[in-house]
Amino acid sequence: MTQKLIIIGAGMATGRALEALLDTASDAYEVTLFNAEPRGNYNRIMLSPVLAGDKTYAEIETHTLAWYEENGVTCRFGERIASIDRESKTVTAQNGDVLPYDKLMFGTGSTPFMIPLPGHDLEGVIAYRDLEDTERMMGLGPGDKCVVIGGGLLGLEAAAGMAARGVDVTVVHIMGHLMERQLDEAAGYLLRKALVDKGIKIRCSTNSKEILGAEGRVRALLLDDGTELPCDLLVMAVGIRPNVALAAEAGLAVGRGIHVDDRMVTSDADILAVGECVEHDGAIFGLVAPLYDQAKVAAKTLLGEDAVFVQKELSTKLKVTGCDLFSAGDFTDGEGREDIVFRDPARGIYRRLVVENNIVIGAVMYGDTADSNWFFGLIRDRTDIAGMRDTLIFGPAYQGGAPLDPLAAVAALSRDAEICGCNGICKGRIEDAIAAGAGDLAAIKATTKASASCGTCTGLVEQVLAATLGEDFVLPAAAPICGCSDMTHEDVRRMIKSQRLTSMPAVWQECGWKTSCGCHVCRPALNYYLLADWPLEYQDDPQSRFINERKHANIQKDGTFSVVPRMWGGITTPHELRAIADAADKFAVPTVKVTGGQRIDLLGVRGEDLPAIWADLNAAGMVSGYAYSKGLRTVKTCVGTDHCRFGTQDSTGLGIKLEKTLHGAWTPHKLKLGVSGCPRNCAEATCKDIGVICVDSGYQISIGGAAGMDVKETEHLTQVATEEEAIAVIKAVTQLYRENARYLDRIYKWMSKVGLDWITERVETEQAALIERFELSQSIYRHDPWAAHVAQKYDSYQPLANLVLEAAE
Amino acid sequence: MSNWMDIAALNDVPRRGARVVRTAQGCVAVFRTAEDDVYALDNSCPHKGGPLSEGIVHGASVTCPLHNWVFSLDTGEAQGADSGRVRTYPARVENGRILLDKVVIAARTPA
Ligand code: SRM
Ligand SMILES: Cc1cc2nc3c(=O)[nH]c(=O)nc-3n(C[C@H](O)[C@H](O)[C@H](O)COP(=O)(O)OP(=O)(O)OC[C@H]3O[C@@H](n4cnc5c(N)ncnc54)[C@H](O)[C@@H]3O)c2cc1C
Ligand code: SF4
Ligand code: FES
Repeated sequence: MTQKLIIIGAGMATGRALEALLDTASDAYEVTLFNAEPRGNYNRIMLSPVLAGDKTYAEIETHTLAWYEENGVTCRFGERIASIDRESKTVTAQNGDVLPYDKLMFGTGSTPFMIPLPGHDLEGVIAYRDLEDTERMMGLGPGDKCVVIGGGLLGLEAAAGMAARGVDVTVVHIMGHLMERQLDEAAGYLLRKALVDKGIKIRCSTNSKEILGAEGRVRALLLDDGTELPCDLLVMAVGIRPNVALAAEAGLAVGRGIHVDDRMVTSDADILAVGECVEHDGAIFGLVAPLYDQAKVAAKTLLGEDAVFVQKELSTKLKVTGCDLFSAGDFTDGEGREDIVFRDPARGIYRRLVVENNIVIGAVMYGDTADSNWFFGLIRDRTDIAGMRDTLIFGPAYQGGAPLDPLAAVAALSRDAEICGCNGICKGRIEDAIAAGAGDLAAIKATTKASASCGTCTGLVEQVLAATLGEDFVLPAAAPICGCSDMTHEDVRRMIKSQRLTSMPAVWQECGWKTSCGCHVCRPALNYYLLADWPLEYQDDPQSRFINERKHANIQKDGTFSVVPRMWGGITTPHELRAIADAADKFAVPTVKVTGGQRIDLLGVRGEDLPAIWADLNAAGMVSGYAYSKGLRTVKTCVGTDHCRFGTQDSTGLGIKLEKTLHGAWTPHKLKLGVSGCPRNCAEATCKDIGVICVDSGYQISIGGAAGMDVKETEHLTQVATEEEAIAVIKAVTQLYRENARYLDRIYKWMSKVGLDWITERVETEQAALIERFELSQSIYRHDPWAAHVAQKYDSYQPLANLVLEAAE
Repeated sequence: MSNWMDIAALNDVPRRGARVVRTAQGCVAVFRTAEDDVYALDNSCPHKGGPLSEGIVHGASVTCPLHNWVFSLDTGEAQGADSGRVRTYPARVENGRILLDKVVIAARTPA
């Protein structure tokens, strides 16, 4: 006798189960199929191509009404099952019909998660799950605006589909990079770049606050930072939840999903479940591959055959034209795990394999995913790769092939790509010079002037030589930044500027970093270069700073810190001194010392007390002295005309003004200034990075002094008549230093590379522009980090937890 | 019975950063990598006691802030030419929370 099978949900999983069942025994069951959507089973994953206009709904319909009829399936589409009575083995449909069953199968899929932001119930706020949602999006066109919340697979497919229709789309993503669950930062960076090229606006690390409406309809998304993003439609694609409500009401065992055993049977022997609504062995599912396996197992179980569902390794691809990405397995760092990274900046390719005990356990790829199935096979089959380790990353075709050509990036540059920024020399000019006989760097410098000025393009010129001359030119080995890269500091700085690299993952990718996220040597340098070159675009990364700069205090050998408040130009007041004394008492500071920089150092403060002591010093009007920084330290002054019988100008006043304008500025190494009121030079200005000696006729400015490991006297830069001019020149020279020097070169070292003449000329001819860029940067960085940390980061200075009592139990 | 003890939210520790957990036997540093893996180690460098939690985190390693020794977060072993080892403790993340093993932490001996 045929039994009655009722199926709840005509989705991708039950569709496949039905096919398997009918294939094996078409008359074993009399099937009734309910579906809440007013249609049968279609290929849900192809909604994105439908949205993008590459396919029509008819093309993605899996089972037509005719198919159901041929196979004797009773369809009740557009109808939900409202409840289940397991005792009497009946279901009740939405319209009240009561139907008996022998076996019941759940395939209710999942429901999109809607963030309960104020306004989430406005008209025009939708998810991306079914044909109705897709049609809503297809209703938009050029001139319309859409905001997508969520930068995962679904959100990006929705965004790309709408962008293809000419819609103005903005994606708002809470995490630091796109698809963070499937991709690492580098691949996320490349993906973002490709989507931005398609005209999609992307905002990562962005929190939504409220959905704004007008007359019940969505009008804009309000972000945490107050920005309003106007939109005609808002798509929320932030995740899915297994649809378990009906099962839970029927008293089945549910966790995150409906609990099933290896045979897809729920806690009730006559009820099965398949698809995204199930939880198997602690896992839930969001991709179709495992659902199809479940479907086959469920069909066998229904027929009384033995079958077992086994979870397998999964891989992800994104269905957006032009964005080839792939990720599979586990790609987190770990001991015994080794990264093999391959980057081809010229072609925008990134590949990363994670290998453990000679087995590939994870892979992330971007750009060229042609070999992804081969790599996925290695992961799935746990293939021993010891024999092909060296060439593994190049894929199956390259086994034993030639290694990557490091000059590919330069070779790929066009003839009009600018190589030497100082002299405006492009690649074509250099190639012509080489063709005319210039065979080495000196000859290129002599004939074209390329790399004859600041010299930061030297590496690039040499690479053009190497790419053009081939084996006739041997690249001199310049020291790379660190083991993570083959590039020198100069090369990297040039890339950051010329390629507009505004994030660390961008630099890692475009400059071919060999590690996944740099090291303690390169990260601080990159952080400096990025913030100096892109003050508005780049956000300072505390985690890439040495502890002193991260916590705005100098670490001591016992792990405590020293605290040095500013004393502008060395001037203090009884009020400030009292506050310092009070703070020293209150926080039991073991040592109070007058520094060589004309201020007071409180040494031995506990890390946890830092925000509190800063708050006290702030309250007395004092700010951080940056005694820890690669940035402006002190401006040492003498008493000048205020008191001294020899003083020619107000050296103290000028020192204070300089310290106030320059303070907060980050520089390649520390920057110290001195202003002396007369050539007797009591402020020791001529052994500072920048020194000013006041004379009757004005101000003599000299640079490049030092009194540390090297002792250097400053060299004369210029003399000006007024204070204003002196401040202008000093700002300009500081900015030139910030933009051009390599990290950890003080001015005198930089000067020995580029020459005082070059500096003098730039400061003269580009003064206004340099000052403008300096001020732009200072609009962000001229502030007191102590106050900011007291207000926003207080907690981060405290222990994460205190288990002192716990452990005593 | 599980010995896992809820310590704090994962987001209380910055990516590529660390915070300390204070115990009767000194501090345990809890690290979070760029990929959201969490590791727990003694907060004291075997070289001269530098606070490892203040170091720069890269990959699954940390560089000591005092003299730049580099340690594997997973094994606690010093990398490269330096030799020495920091004690490590089981740590994991579940539902966005950091968990440490209560028993192991309690069984620490003063360093
Ligand atoms: C506190 C102070 C010594 C003092 O008690 O007077 C000091 C203390 C340190 N100096 Fe200095 N220097 C101090 C004035 C100087 C001076 C004198 C001056 O500025 O007039 C010099 C020589 C002048 C110069 O810089 O050319 C000086 C040359 C150095 C150097 C060598 C720099 C060089 O380029 O060769 C270093 C090492 C470095 O920076 O890499 C250094 C580094 C250090 C560090 C930061 C070492 C470190 O990395 O931990 C010390 C931090 C102690 C702390 O925890 O606070 N300190 N240091 C002075 C703080 C001045 C201030 O108020 O900010
Ligand atoms: C736009 C988009 C793109 C995707 N891309 C991919 C991809 O590239 N690769 C991939 O592997 N996966 C992709 N997926 C995921 C994939 O589509 C799902 O994993 C799959 O559809 C889940 O199948 P299912 O049968 O469990 O649920 P569904 O296909 O969602 O079917 C469940 C059905 O049950 C119905 N239902 C629910 N409750 C009741 C009730 N009480 N009574 C009657 N009917 C009910 C629902 O209306 C629904 O029709 C994508 C998903 C979307 C939305
Ligand atoms: S001279 Fe040496 S020991 Fe003295 S404060 Fe400067 S760095 Fe430290
Ligand atoms: S104390 Fe850690 S390296 Fe010296």
